[in-house]
Amino acid sequence: MTLADILAVHQDREGALLPILHDVQAAFGHVSEDHIRAIAHALNLTRAEVHGVVSFYHDYRSTPEPRPVIKLCRAEACQARGVDALVDTITPNAAVKIETVYCLGLCSVGPAAMIGTDVHARLDATKLDALVKSL
Amino acid sequence: MKVRISDDALALACGADAVATAFADAGAEVERVSSWGMHWLEPLVEINGIGFGPVTAADVAEILNGGADALCIGPIAAHPFIARQQRLTFARAGKTRPLSLDDYYATGGWQGLAKAREIGPSATIDAVLASGLRGRGGAGFPAGIKWRTVAGASANQKYIVCNADEGDSGTFADRMVMEGDPFMLIEGMAIAGHAVGATKGYVYIRSEYPHAIAKMEAAVKACAHLIAPFDVEVRVGAGAYVCGEETSLLNSLEGKRGEVRAKPPLPALEGLFGKPTVVNNVLTLATVPWVMANGAEAYAAYGMGRSRGTMPIQIAGNVKHGGLFETAFGITLGELVTDIGGGTDSGRPVRAVQVGGPLGAYHPPSQFDTPFDYEAFTGIDGLIGHGGLVVFDDQVDMARQARFAMEFCAAESCGKCTPCRLGSTRGTETLDRVLAGENVDANLALIEDLCDTMKFGSLCALGGFTPYPVMSAITHFREDFVVRTKA
Repeated sequence: MTLADILAVHQDREGALLPILHDVQAAFGHVSEDHIRAIAHALNLTRAEVHGVVSFYHDYRSTPEPRPVIKLCRAEACQARGVDALVDTITPNAAVKIETVYCLGLCSVGPAAMIGTDVHARLDATKLDALVKSL
Repeated sequence: MKVRISDDALALACGADAVATAFADAGAEVERVSSWGMHWLEPLVEINGIGFGPVTAADVAEILNGGADALCIGPIAAHPFIARQQRLTFARAGKTRPLSLDDYYATGGWQGLAKAREIGPSATIDAVLASGLRGRGGAGFPAGIKWRTVAGASANQKYIVCNADEGDSGTFADRMVMEGDPFMLIEGMAIAGHAVGATKGYVYIRSEYPHAIAKMEAAVKACAHLIAPFDVEVRVGAGAYVCGEETSLLNSLEGKRGEVRAKPPLPALEGLFGKPTVVNNVLTLATVPWVMANGAEAYAAYGMGRSRGTMPIQIAGNVKHGGLFETAFGITLGELVTDIGGGTDSGRPVRAVQVGGPLGAYHPPSQFDTPFDYEAFTGIDGLIGHGGLVVFDDQVDMARQARFAMEFCAAESCGKCTPCRLGSTRGTETLDRVLAGENVDANLALIEDLCDTMKFGSLCALGGFTPYPVMSAITHFREDFVVRTKA
């Protein structure tokens, strides 16, 4: 999907900016300055307004992340189930990015993680290590 | 032989797909249904009403051969965890295929909407008022009063906005509704639209819930003809916790930064795009079809005091029997944690329970006789919030939990108001000094003062309620702050 396609799909919807940014992020892996300029033009907003929205939300990146990402929940319920100790067992692996997320709604079976839309629960050091190596 | 296995995100995370595949490969007919909410047993397999769990693919052959006694829990509906509940909102949990309109019809679906259409908008609002249903997102504001305000406002366009930005750790009831019984939520929104004169509804779902998003999008398509002229659209959040606050959510839906708006104006009068808007949580809207179909009196017959009806309570964290437990208000915290939850999963003593998400207070076992009720929890400087319980054992360092609350607030603050934006960062720094053992008493006094400012000076619950976990940790677990022997 090109940026023009994305804009054409959403441009006339109410509150089009977030749906556009979601699709741009999904298609290009980030939202660049060039994207911001084109989106601002299409929605009749200033670049500052679009930049303000992009930078507000955790989901949008300004540069692409080349590595596969594991989103590991670090919120209270997973803390109670030992996620902090689990993090200490992770051997640094330059090929995988482990990102913090606050809650995946799997709070009774944590520690939990998500890779893309695949969810994983009851993680221990062995399972997490296997996940990292599978990417 | 028909084998029923949940396909909700939690079951999937516990390996349900591999189990389903193994049954199908062995020649069994597999039906993917919603989750019963007994999470420690997931993946839970049901064959002719009998449950087995937690099942792995390796257990499948033995189950099909009539064995696997160690995994068998007997008839699921008779299991104490289920039998003790009063499931109204979760009446279908475990029993129906989430996206089957046939299953939904067969279990009383659309009866609430039919009733609302039959009795008309005004009587519908009266019924919601009479049921005593209060906002299940956390604030506990009577739903009927909100609806009446929107109904009474005149505008060329009104909106129903469903807040599905369930970001509180320890909560998953919204997710379970959207993934397990999506038509019920849509029916509730359609009833709200009919009642207040709105033709457009939005469901704002957090991006961390891809399975809920997919199910809701499919459900909206499947039932569009049944709710017309009302129309529902799914919108996806972008990883901002603060967007669970209703005015912040509205800004986000409009395509803006998710900054909180000052109230007044109330969203009921000037909400989405400046139009009168009902903003209700998933559980609130999902409960409305039951209220309409069974009558306000039947709903109000459950509960205690001003907390009428039932609450889908979510038992999570370090707990043996975690899951979804819907029951009338009035059950005590201790019953939930000890009798139903079975204590900690680690087998160590329970030390603290955080009730109501990251902005809820930490309660020691000495408060376990507190009934689950909005006013009772306010009375002990806590809140029930969205009904999540996170259990901690005696290994928890409460000073670190207090610091985390401040750090979380700093990470998620929208930046609009000073007490929250600056207070959370200064609070984190000050708690770091406490953790390092520097002038502990003086710094704790500073924290107390800061919490007072945040509580009364913040625009919304993020800054306003962060003092609950911080101050409850200091009040009930002061020993963790004073003597810093833990690393």
